[in-house]
Formats: sequence, C-alpha cells, structure tokens
Amino acid sequence: MAVRCAGIEKGFGRGPARVQVLRGTDFSVPTGQMTFLVGPSGCGKTTLISVVGGILSPDAGAVEVFGQDLAALSRGRLADFRLQNLGFIFQQFNLLPALSAVENAAVPLIARGESAARAHAAAAEALGELGLGDHGHKMPQQLSGGQQQRVAIARALVHQPRLVICDEPTASLDAESGQNVMALLRDVALAGDTQRAVVVVTHDNRIFDFADRMVEMSDGRVVGASPAAAEP
Amino acid sequence: MMRLGLKMLFGDPIKCLGLVLGVALCTLLICQQVSIFFGLLGRASSVVNDAAEADVWVMDPAVNTVDVPFPLRDTALARVRGVDGVAWAVPLFKQNTQVKTRRGTLENGLIVGLDDVSLVGVPDTFIMGTSVHDLRRTDAIAVNPAGFRLLYPGEDLELGRELEINDRRAVIAAFVEASPAFSANLLIYTPYARALTYTNGGRNRLSFVLVKAADGQAPEAVAAAVAEQTGLKAVTRAAFRGESIAYVLANTGIPASFGTVVFLGVLIGIAIVGLTFNQFIMESIKQYAALKAIGVRNGRLLLMTLGQSAFVTVVGYGLGLLAAAAFFRFGSQSDALKGFYLLPQVAVAVFVLACAIVLVSTLVSMRKVLTVDPAAVFRG
Repeated sequence: MAVRCAGIEKGFGRGPARVQVLRGTDFSVPTGQMTFLVGPSGCGKTTLISVVGGILSPDAGAVEVFGQDLAALSRGRLADFRLQNLGFIFQQFNLLPALSAVENAAVPLIARGESAARAHAAAAEALGELGLGDHGHKMPQQLSGGQQQRVAIARALVHQPRLVICDEPTASLDAESGQNVMALLRDVALAGDTQRAVVVVTHDNRIFDFADRMVEMSDGRVVGASPAAAEP
Repeated sequence: MMRLGLKMLFGDPIKCLGLVLGVALCTLLICQQVSIFFGLLGRASSVVNDAAEADVWVMDPAVNTVDVPFPLRDTALARVRGVDGVAWAVPLFKQNTQVKTRRGTLENGLIVGLDDVSLVGVPDTFIMGTSVHDLRRTDAIAVNPAGFRLLYPGEDLELGRELEINDRRAVIAAFVEASPAFSANLLIYTPYARALTYTNGGRNRLSFVLVKAADGQAPEAVAAAVAEQTGLKAVTRAAFRGESIAYVLANTGIPASFGTVVFLGVLIGIAIVGLTFNQFIMESIKQYAALKAIGVRNGRLLLMTLGQSAFVTVVGYGLGLLAAAAFFRFGSQSDALKGFYLLPQVAVAVFVLACAIVLVSTLVSMRKVLTVDPAAVFRG
C-alpha cells in the first residue's frame, strides 16, 4: 500500500469562521495503480492530497506514505521525504518562467544536489519519453498548454518518485491534450512498476477511463471506492 | 540552486536592472558625497599640509584652526627660537585679501607670507618659476593655477601678469601646486615682509611660528617646551591638522549636510532595492511555493535568494564605484573639484554598506518565501 490515511481531520480558520474540510477521512492508495479522487468542488479532495503529500499537517489522524508516518518527521525531513519519494503535478503547471523546459524538468534533481550536467541529461531523457525531445531548450511561454503540462510531468517524474500526486492535471488542457497527457502519465509514471502509485484529483470525467480505482469524496469524507482497496 | 536563482533573476530583466541600478545609484551617491566630505576636511588643513618641513605650529592660545589665526607679537618669534630643542623657527603670515587684475576682475585670495630667507611653507611643486630666485624678485608672488584661472578665465598660465593687491603692484613670478584651501580658491605665496604690505593690519601681524624640532627631539616634547616657556599654544603638525578639521566639523553645517545626503542615499538604496526585491519575490511566490512543495528546504531557497542578492550587490556596487571613479577622474580636471579623490577606505566602507542594504532588503523580502504555504500551489 502506498498511502494509508486514517481518521484525518483538517480545518481552516478559527472561531465562528472555522471551516472543517476533512472529517475523519480514511483513504488509501494501492501501489501499481492509478487512483482517481473525485467529488464535487469543496468536498476536500485538494486538502486530502495536500495532507497525503506532506504539505499540510492534519489536525488529527494518521498518514503513512510507504510505511513512513509523516507526523514523525520534522519539517526539514518531511521536505527531504517529498523530494525523494513524491512527484507533484499542478493544475497551473507552476513552471519557472525563466528556465527552459529541460531546466524546469531538472529542478528536483538539482534540489537533490545532482550536478547540472547529470540533472539536465536525465531531464532531457524524461522529456524525450513524453514526446518533447526537441523542445527541451524552449521556454515555458513558447510551449502550448499541453506541452507545458508534459514538462510538469517530466519534472514530477525525473527523480523517479514512488508516488505521483496530480491536482487537476487536465483542467487547463483541451480534450485531446488531456487524453494524451493522461496516457503518457500512466505509461511513464507507473511504467509497469508495481511499487509505484499515482493519485489524480480531477473533475474531468473524460479521463475517468484511465483510472484503475475511483475514490469518491463528499463533504470531507470518502463515501465510496471502486474497486475497494485490497489490504496487502 | 544558486544558478537556478540567478536564472530566475535574469528572467525578469527589468527588475534585475532596477535592483542593480538601485545599488549602483546608492553606491555612487554615497561614495561621491563621503569622498567630497573628506576632501573638504582636507582643505581645512591645506596650509598645514603644504608646510611639510615644520614639526610644530605655534600660535595664540585662542586659535583652534589654521583658517582663523590671531596675530602674535613679533617678539614671539625670538622667544620660540630661544626654547631648547628648537632647530629653527620661522614666521608665517596668513590672511585673506582682495586681488584685482588690470582688466578689473576682483577675487578673494588667501595670502601666505613665508620666511624671507628660507621660504618655509611654500608648496614643494613649482609648475612654472622657482621659489628661490623668482619669489625674491621685486613684487614677486606665486599663485596656484586654479587661482590664476579665476582671475583670467580661459587663459593659459602665463608668468609676468600684474595684479593689484591693497593698492600695491604684484607680479606673478611662479605657479605652485598648492593644496586647495577651504577659505579661498586663489592662493598667493610671497615673502613675509612683502605679504605684510599687501594687507592692512595693526601692530601685531605674525600669524604663526613654524618650528623644526632639533635632531633627536620629539615634536611633542618640543611643542610642550615651547608652550611652557612662551605661554603660547604650540602643537605638532598632525595635531594642528586634526584641530583644524575638528573646528570645521564642530562649527560648520558640513557634517550635517553631507550626513543627511548619505543617510538619504542609504534610505533610497533600501527603498529601491527593498521594494523591487519584494515585488520580484511576490511575483515569483507561486514558483517558490511549488519549489517548497517539491521538497526544496527553506535553507536552500534562502541560499538561492542570497545568490541573487550577491549578484545584485557585486554588479551594482561595481557599476556605482566605476561611476564614482569616473566622476573623480574627470571631475578632478576642473578647479572646483581639485583635491577630491575617491578614497579606498570610503570604497570599502560603501561596499560593506551596500552589502548591508541588499542583505536587509533580501531578508525582509524572504520572510514571505519562508512563510509561504506550499499548499498555495494547489489553490488554482
């Protein structure tokens, strides 16, 4: 199992303005699968993947990622854990506009202390796998939305993370680009490796076919999963 | 990560230029003003500087600066010469006077009367003419080139020009490279007896007595002996230079004026660099949040930003220093800025100041980065 969350509580604000987003949420992500997290806006999907990704701390409950209790890690160690084990794909891509495609894709490796030459070589290879081998030198603003998202995917995968977390990866793309991006994500992120996992938060029902497993959320709780995660 | 930070900086060339120019402007302003300030202080003791042979200056006890002498009795010279440890003592006369050319140009000048025999106190460098021969000719005076150009604008230096000083004739017999003075730009050097005729005055005319300490005698000891035995004030050359500078610091608005400009320079630097850096950071805050989400630690982000700051500091300071050096290099060719130099100590101090300005601005701006919630990347 890649992720185990039990009884997650998370709220924002104080006093009367406090909003409880996650209400005792239980959530798990099996390895070797692409798990889709779906549900209406405001149901807590993004907050849940932020907690799973170690970006937000839950108010209560336990989060284990590949057996590591995230609450046991200091802030710095948690950052290192993300850098070593997780890859993120954001709705708005969040590429650094001053860096070329290959430099953007190389960021996690640079952050891990790899030499620029090795990082760029690995990034170029990742871009090649995603069909952007000839676009490595281009700046983000010179790329289409689909190409930018593929650069973001390359950045998320270049360091070969075991868990990839995607937040609305196709929201900024047209239908065809969305399909292509998901196909690539599935091929490259999992790549037949049963020890890896992908979590995708989405509203886009056009890409539901790519899911191995669908988890539905409502009002801060997981209300259904198909098929149910099998315990190892 | 440093390289990544620099790329981010270069990716916004307008802000990068704004940051560099902010530091450059600040550097130029402070280097220029502080150097001029020290140059002005140097002018306050220029006559003391030029009389390099004298170890001790003797004067009325009320005198605090070389620019405001109080006349001594002529007998003071003989009394000083009688003190043990004095190798020699010569008179020096110093007074401001009005000089008129035959064309009617009128200018304020500082006349310095030198010992008739030794001419002690005249600057070392003669551009045209010689001290020994030419200053002893009838009505002969030596002037500085800047003073000549005040009297004869746009004309080349020429010996033999006649001037009128206190209704008496004076002939320019030599040009000397004198340190620019505080109280006048026209400096006139002539033997003591002649200098007295060029000025009006009472019975007492002697401004200072210049003393050389005998071999093996410390100037401080000689000064103390002269003061004790004559009742006059006697101080070493270095001490009198310091007193003259201290007088200017205490009795003029110069320190406050220049201090204000320097303070404003620092404020402008902080304002330009701080605001621009802050804007640069705020516009990149989503990217910083993304880096934090990926797993980049705050320390590495800080290092990255300090790399940007180091670049801005070094390049901005370099440009500002270059501009300041050019200002003094080309400005020193004009008489108004003669004697003003970009002092190495000022350059070093301003570098430290520039580092402090950029560091403060960076750290203040970095607070946003260090506290930004990486979860912000998931909020659309």
